Amino acid sequence: MAYLELNNIYKTYGKGEHVTEVLSNINLFIEEGEFVAIVGFTGSGKTTLVNLINGLLQPTSGEVLFKGEPVIGTSHERGVIFQNYSLLPWLTVGQNIYMAVKEAFPKEKKSVLHNIVKDYVDMVNLSHAINKRPKELSGGMRQRVAVARALAMKPEMIIMDEPLGALDALTRGNLQDEILNIWGKDKRTALLITNDVDEGIYMADRIIPLRPGPNATLGPEFKIDIERPRDKTEMNDNPSFKKTRNAIIEYLMDIGNERKSVSEKEYILPDLSPKNFVGSF
Amino acid sequence: MSVKTIDFNRDIDSENGILYPSRVMLDMVNLKKVYPTPKGDYMVLEGLNLQIMKEEFVTIIGHSGCGKTTMLSMIAGLNPISGGNISVLGHHIKGPGPDRGVIFQSPSLMPWMTSLQNVLLGVNQVFPDATKAQRNDIAKYYLQKVGLEDAFNKRASELSQGMQQRVGIARAFAIKPKVLLLDEPFGMLDSLTRGELQDILIEIWNKEKITAVMITHDVDEAIFLADRVVMMTSGPKAKIGDILNIDFERPRTRKAVLEHDDYYKYRKHLIDFLEH
Repeated sequence: MAYLELNNIYKTYGKGEHVTEVLSNINLFIEEGEFVAIVGFTGSGKTTLVNLINGLLQPTSGEVLFKGEPVIGTSHERGVIFQNYSLLPWLTVGQNIYMAVKEAFPKEKKSVLHNIVKDYVDMVNLSHAINKRPKELSGGMRQRVAVARALAMKPEMIIMDEPLGALDALTRGNLQDEILNIWGKDKRTALLITNDVDEGIYMADRIIPLRPGPNATLGPEFKIDIERPRDKTEMNDNPSFKKTRNAIIEYLMDIGNERKSVSEKEYILPDLSPKNFVGSF
Repeated sequence: MSVKTIDFNRDIDSENGILYPSRVMLDMVNLKKVYPTPKGDYMVLEGLNLQIMKEEFVTIIGHSGCGKTTMLSMIAGLNPISGGNISVLGHHIKGPGPDRGVIFQSPSLMPWMTSLQNVLLGVNQVFPDATKAQRNDIAKYYLQKVGLEDAFNKRASELSQGMQQRVGIARAFAIKPKVLLLDEPFGMLDSLTRGELQDILIEIWNKEKITAVMITHDVDEAIFLADRVVMMTSGPKAKIGDILNIDFERPRTRKAVLEHDDYYKYRKHLIDFLEH
């Protein structure tokens, strides 16, 4: 029995004539302690897939099993980091995280909870901003709060829906390392949805492409056999890295080429030169 | 007489300190940019020198805030120069002009106009003597090249971001500029769409060979497109830190580039620069 199991999942939206099948025949098995990345593109149904796993949506057919039990609703055993941060704007950084921690550990003393909040705010380097509200923070800082909130609940499984897509390269790299750190420390199970192949290779044990929807389905998996901790610069010398990376990119390129439309009509460019503007502006 | 190979790297070239002046398209000399702030002047760029040759494709990488966009907008003539000068074919630039086409990060189209009208807006300016039919042909030719023949008459506001950026590419090429300036044009797109647009861009470029300067964050994009990758140091007082020549044959295919022996060497060099 796998830790997380998706069997024959189909998901449709709409009714009657207007029905669209978003996901088709999705089968996915994740073992305890594994880090799996799903690489997909805009509009391919990634977020639908995440919401089926975290329990916000129910499949039209098929089943999602977490530790052998069907997923029927959300649970703090599965912490989610959303793409759009989803912080409560009227609460401070500390209060946003406290709310989640209290939900996860209802029997703990207040002082213990406050210490957990402090530790995780510290971990994402936001101690100086603990009393600020989300609107006073930059995008990167908000996403760090969302990361701290998800991890502070000490979920058994971390589910990430393109968590770092909107961040600049430097902040992104730092947060990748922080997430890997936490994942490695307590050997949680992690599922990352991303459109960045390199993020997947740097972080995951396995990469599975999601073929674009409608009728999105999972492609063949690629194992990432690179020792941890991984080094973004040094990996470029690793033959296994080069081979796997090229295989994934070429697979995705082929999907892209399938989408391309071929045009029949040729337009002829008139043989004209533009007015010469050099020196006049 | 032996055939001379062109060395783009001016530091290595010893030809009397002047590098084939007739081949130079864009020349930046001692470029400086200062922004006044309440705490005194902030020097974004200082002593920046770069020569870009005719038919050359140069990509520029560096950290956020290092002054890449400042440099590009100065070449475009959209941002005043605080010191030094920029010239195109030996003429100092004074402001924005149609000899320099720009593709911006956000598509910057007129939302109420159709794709065709958006492209014609530029074409009408630079082909004043052409007939209406000829101008239409020019606009349609480039819109078809970027895969938008079904969307000639769609308003920009009805198009997805990837499609809008295609119009931006068509618009820039259609005015046949001497220099094409690209400011992270694919930065906001997902990686599949990004790859598609890189292919479209380079396909048109292979035909027209317009001198191009492109800012990017994406190391793979920088290598795939460029003859040279220019690495800028972090500001303040940003300048050129390093230049990497990319010796892949053209026309290139992504597959051949990925599988080339030097590819991961180049990639490592650039990542190494960015991480330290």
